[in-house]
Amino acid sequence: MPDTTTALPKLTRRPAEPSVTVLPPRSRSRYGARVQLLLALAVAIVLVMLAIAPGLVVQRDPTAIALGATLQPPSAEHWLGTDQLGRDMLSRVVYGARISLFVALCAVTLAGVLGALIGVTAGYLGGVFDAIAMRVVDIQLALPAVILALVLVGAVGPSLFNLIIVLSLANWARFARVTRSEALTLRTRDFVLLSRLAGASRIRIILSHIAPNVVNTFIVLATLDVGIIIILEATLSFLGLGVPPPQPSWGSMIADGRQYLETAWWICGIPGLMLMVTVLSANLLGDALRDWLSPTASRNW
Amino acid sequence: MISYILKRMGQSLVTVLLVTLIIFVIVRLIGDPTHLMLPPEATEADRDLLRQQMGLDRPVLIQYLSYLGALLMGDMGISYRFARPALEIVLGALGPTLLLASSALVLGVAIGVPLGVVASIRRDGWVDQFAKVFAVVGQAAPPFLFSLLFIRLFAIQLGWLPTSGYGSWKNLLLPALALGWYSAAGIMRLTRSSMSDVLDSEYIKLARIKGVPERVILFRHALRNALLPVITFISMQFGVLMGGAVSVEFIFAWPGVGRLIIDSISNLDYTTVQAAVAVGALIFAAVNLAVDIVYAYVDPRIRYA
Amino acid sequence: MASDIILQAKSLTTVLRTASGVVRAVDNISLEVKAGRSLALVGESGSGKSMTCMSMMGLLPGNGRLAAGEVFFKGRDITKISPREMQALRGREIGMILQDAMTSLNPLFTIGEQVGEVFKFHQGVTDKAELRRRSVEVLEKVKIPAAEGRLDSYPFQFSGGMRQRVSIAINIALSPSLLICDEPTTALDVTVQLQILKLLRELQKAQNMAIVFVTHDLHLAAQFCDDVAIMYAGRIVEAGPIVDVFARPAHPYTRGLLKAVPSLESYKRPLTAIPGHQPSLAKLPPGCRFEPRCAYALDVCRQQYPDWFEWEPARRCACWRTADSLDGTLAPLHGVDQPADAPQRVRPPVEIQLARPGVGAAA
Repeated sequence: MPDTTTALPKLTRRPAEPSVTVLPPRSRSRYGARVQLLLALAVAIVLVMLAIAPGLVVQRDPTAIALGATLQPPSAEHWLGTDQLGRDMLSRVVYGARISLFVALCAVTLAGVLGALIGVTAGYLGGVFDAIAMRVVDIQLALPAVILALVLVGAVGPSLFNLIIVLSLANWARFARVTRSEALTLRTRDFVLLSRLAGASRIRIILSHIAPNVVNTFIVLATLDVGIIIILEATLSFLGLGVPPPQPSWGSMIADGRQYLETAWWICGIPGLMLMVTVLSANLLGDALRDWLSPTASRNW
Repeated sequence: MISYILKRMGQSLVTVLLVTLIIFVIVRLIGDPTHLMLPPEATEADRDLLRQQMGLDRPVLIQYLSYLGALLMGDMGISYRFARPALEIVLGALGPTLLLASSALVLGVAIGVPLGVVASIRRDGWVDQFAKVFAVVGQAAPPFLFSLLFIRLFAIQLGWLPTSGYGSWKNLLLPALALGWYSAAGIMRLTRSSMSDVLDSEYIKLARIKGVPERVILFRHALRNALLPVITFISMQFGVLMGGAVSVEFIFAWPGVGRLIIDSISNLDYTTVQAAVAVGALIFAAVNLAVDIVYAYVDPRIRYA
Repeated sequence: MASDIILQAKSLTTVLRTASGVVRAVDNISLEVKAGRSLALVGESGSGKSMTCMSMMGLLPGNGRLAAGEVFFKGRDITKISPREMQALRGREIGMILQDAMTSLNPLFTIGEQVGEVFKFHQGVTDKAELRRRSVEVLEKVKIPAAEGRLDSYPFQFSGGMRQRVSIAINIALSPSLLICDEPTTALDVTVQLQILKLLRELQKAQNMAIVFVTHDLHLAAQFCDDVAIMYAGRIVEAGPIVDVFARPAHPYTRGLLKAVPSLESYKRPLTAIPGHQPSLAKLPPGCRFEPRCAYALDVCRQQYPDWFEWEPARRCACWRTADSLDGTLAPLHGVDQPADAPQRVRPPVEIQLARPGVGAAA
């Protein structure tokens, strides 16, 4: 029994203060973000479908020249007009999408895998390998991508295959650097140390512990990179050192249309618009993925 | 701090050297310049003789070493196209490019930083919405597209500014804007997020607790901390701007290094290409170094480490 | 006497807009602190202690809003004054020490600049030499050695304990009447904790400050403070002079907290924890918020929020079973293993002594 006095003191009683009523939230800003994301997703899906099966939408041959119907503005006959050689703009733009997306996906995958392998290994192993790898990364980053790509394409000649290789070489360092810093922080985490204590080989640790945790950042970076590569490819094609003719690429279409900027602006405008919409949706998707997958990731890349 | 500067200088030098090596190798693949230098009716034997005179028949490593030696003495070879020292040609084109790139950077900072600051103070306000659209559009298109858009709009339709050329501020405005929009977008986004993080920090809370006026908190306390990552970002932007300058110079007929590189590649003038890229890498490394030094000075944690 | 009530909050309510909805982070908080006395604000994380302090300072985050109630500082309602006037009060009359000493100083400014700012903005001092003189004076008050030389150092050159001292210096520089301490020693080593507390106690005596001391550490509260208010899920559940509350707790939550604190006297007893956790502020029950975790809960506890039960001296408790608790007839009703109800005895406040004299120069 308690040894303090148990005599009950005189209690006065009064009701508790009522809580204020709260209204449910309006969540207006979240609504806006969701609409953005859905739009970007929709655009991406449409583009991918166009790229895979352009024949479903366009019936005309994008390379078919018709000198009698050049420089026509958008009409019922040609929904997006014709260019200086009478080619149908709609089909050229759609086939251009296919080329650009194909090139971008290949280049991003190649650059990403190469960069991530180097980065993760350098981050985890450290030492001499890391030092050398980072110097090479510095070199690639020391040269603006456009200039490096220009010189490389100028050296090996323009072809689709060369283009993809060149775009990858001008781009992998970004992946290497980011994955390296992820690997560095992961290296000291407890679950990795436990693995080492258990005797797992270094390759095994890299593949089964480090890599899966880096995947999230990698996906975000890769999605954002698609936009960057599409822009880079378009720039090269514009300068004549990208996708070789007669295959249509948005960049080369814009270059063709340059002299008709005043008279037939749609030759530049339509592919330009497509370019912007594509890159825009890739960027929005990348941002949404970043918010979803790794909300604490650094925002500098 | 001195040791930090020296270490950084050493790193930059190594990087630039390696860059020259790589460019040297790549450019060798461009092609045989003797086609350009001799009249079409020259025979293969003539070409061989010229190659021998130019030293092109020696092993690649020897060629590189002698190139390096000449480089250290400021000799970057003779341009095959202009028959003048390549370095001279590159330096001549350097001025316009630096002017363009720095104008674009200045515009980027002048637009991006204030926009980012205001957007972070009134998050989700109308300035913030506008800034988001501005940034998103700016990062969705390459500079060459903006160049054409501006030409069409301001030069052709409205007739306010010339379509190309070099000489007055009117010639500079459109290229600088087209080139700078992308940078302004990135700078704005970074400023906004950096400023937001700083405004939520404990030391800003303490400044408010102290009773420091809000204006002083924003512009003296918060901004200084928020701009630190922006400084580093700006040095990265310089490389992006130099790359973008290539297509912008091409469109506006701006007599800069970018246009020079394009012309030299199509003309197989590889000495000029080499010289241009080497000079570019040097400048880029110098800018990075300068920015790193500024950053080390501003952040006392590095200054006194 | 009413004249020396420095701080008085009446039904203070703050709401926050969060991702899970609008929550009442601070719900009808009423408290009072007199000059020279200290009030401990005790509770788990998320109980609303820090948000109460920020509300009283007028420093709510962007998603927060004062929904109801008043806060009187020296008789003046500071919830109704302009931001400018509040700014003038902050730093001069009201100070607040933050929890994380490592991040509460701006890394880019020297200690001297940060301390000098209070003199600059509240007293209009612009002469550099004068600013330095006053800054040195106040740094010496918080026992920072070689203060003159430290004025030009940067925060990263100081340890956590030193930074907290600088933070304290900044706050007491103009002899405020009220000092709010938000877990000022939680992030520090135990030995440093004692020194900081001793310092605060001396400063309080010298300046006759009223102190609000937020903590989750009951021992600290018992040794340092005169009164206590126990918070749970945004509301105060029990309050009164701290010796009395800890000697004779009425609310089951308070009992649980006291039982969960290990002490030398009860080392033979098994440690008990309060099962369960605080309810989410977005989904609060209509009745008593502690009911799901309470071993003594009745049906009425679930249906209706408890009334206040008050008795001398200045005690109050929001529990339907207060009477049972006080006369010792409280027995556990639900299957939670509770040892015999022995109210935990805690030593009355004593002077804080260091273990050995002469040990422990400034951290």
